[in-house]
Amino acid sequence: MIDKILQSPAAALADVPDGATILIGGFGNAGMPSALIDALIAQGARNLTVVNNNAGNADAGLAALIAARRVKKVICSFPRQTDSWHFDKAWRAGELELELVPQGTLAERIRAAGAGVGGFYTPTAFGTKLAEGKETRRINGRDYVLEMPIHGDYALIKADRGDRWGNLAYRKTARNFGPIMAAAARCTVAQVRETVALGAIDPEHVVTPGIFVQRVVKVAALRKAA
Amino acid sequence: MKKLDRNQIAARVARDIPEGAYVNLGIGLPTLVANHIPKDREIILHSENGILGLGPRPAPGQEDEDLIDAGKAPATILQGGSYFHHADSFGMIRGGHIDICVLGAFQVAANGDIANWHTGEADAIPAVGGAMDLAAGAKQVFVTMEHLTKQGESKIVERCSYPLTGVRCVTRVYTDLAVIDIKADGLHLVEICAEGLSFEALQKLNGVPLKHKAAA
Repeated sequence: MIDKILQSPAAALADVPDGATILIGGFGNAGMPSALIDALIAQGARNLTVVNNNAGNADAGLAALIAARRVKKVICSFPRQTDSWHFDKAWRAGELELELVPQGTLAERIRAAGAGVGGFYTPTAFGTKLAEGKETRRINGRDYVLEMPIHGDYALIKADRGDRWGNLAYRKTARNFGPIMAAAARCTVAQVRETVALGAIDPEHVVTPGIFVQRVVKVAALRKAA
Repeated sequence: MKKLDRNQIAARVARDIPEGAYVNLGIGLPTLVANHIPKDREIILHSENGILGLGPRPAPGQEDEDLIDAGKAPATILQGGSYFHHADSFGMIRGGHIDICVLGAFQVAANGDIANWHTGEADAIPAVGGAMDLAAGAKQVFVTMEHLTKQGESKIVERCSYPLTGVRCVTRVYTDLAVIDIKADGLHLVEICAEGLSFEALQKLNGVPLKHKAAA
């Protein structure tokens, strides 16, 4: 019997090695898999490359991972926030490498990895600093920049419901990077609010099919949803 | 001269957004545009984090941590709205499906270049978000900004001195002084918004030559 449901975040992340590339879902705090990040901090892996839209807010989640000095590189679109002090401090001290990527290019690079695409041409960032040194090409009179896929060793994502085959459904804007990160990582761990029986998620409403998910962990919601 | 305030600029932009348009509003002044769309006009707001049909702010106590806008503030969704993942969201932008995006800017050049993401200072933490995707992908790129810097220099320039967000993409600029179209042959004045400002005085403040029907 296939059963991808594990009993704890710690069990789901026990094998993360030093130097791994970790895709972490979430846009701000929506979709941020906080329990998985806490477990990663406790697990102790170092020299991580982290891919997220942001670079941590306040003192929890990704910010705490950076504060614990486990991250050597961040690939993101928007590190600077009013409460990104842990990233700001580490970056200014030169302890952290930043690869800044336009948000849509970040999403498409992740999608490309999951879809087996070797690279793609995008008009975004042509003629800007973020395209410096990159191959460009004019296609039908328009200028494009060559961008490469971003593969993850692990993806840590948050969904609303999951079943033992790894099928996932999300809630509202917490979906954001979850589906594309799930497909782009060798091992995807989904933190879900609720584990359900096979069939409880209508096949028409499965957003991430279980083929993209290796581990599912139920984590009770801490905060109330309206 | 009486300049427009931020809400008046937003209201002026709202006048140009037609029924049925799919629109992405940037953070800051552009967000205010939503407050000025006439009630009888149906437009669909896109939020880059995965919403079509973005609604107004929720009432106090009705916030949901899973439902936020691009500025990470609590949001709502309208009847008929939809959620989708980030690659689809930016596919809408890059794929030319968004009719209008409204962005703030540090500078706009006469050829339509825009600079709005980075001051270029060495110790400034760079952050780009979705600005470059919107600049490159939306069918029309509207910019809202104050016309002049605090030092009185025009933000509409011959060439941007700040790092670029996108090249030759801005179609129209709304400032506290005027509305200006950017076309292949340069800047065209649409209208003067500041009360008591003459074309000659605007031209002097603007620096870059403006074409003006009445002056032609």
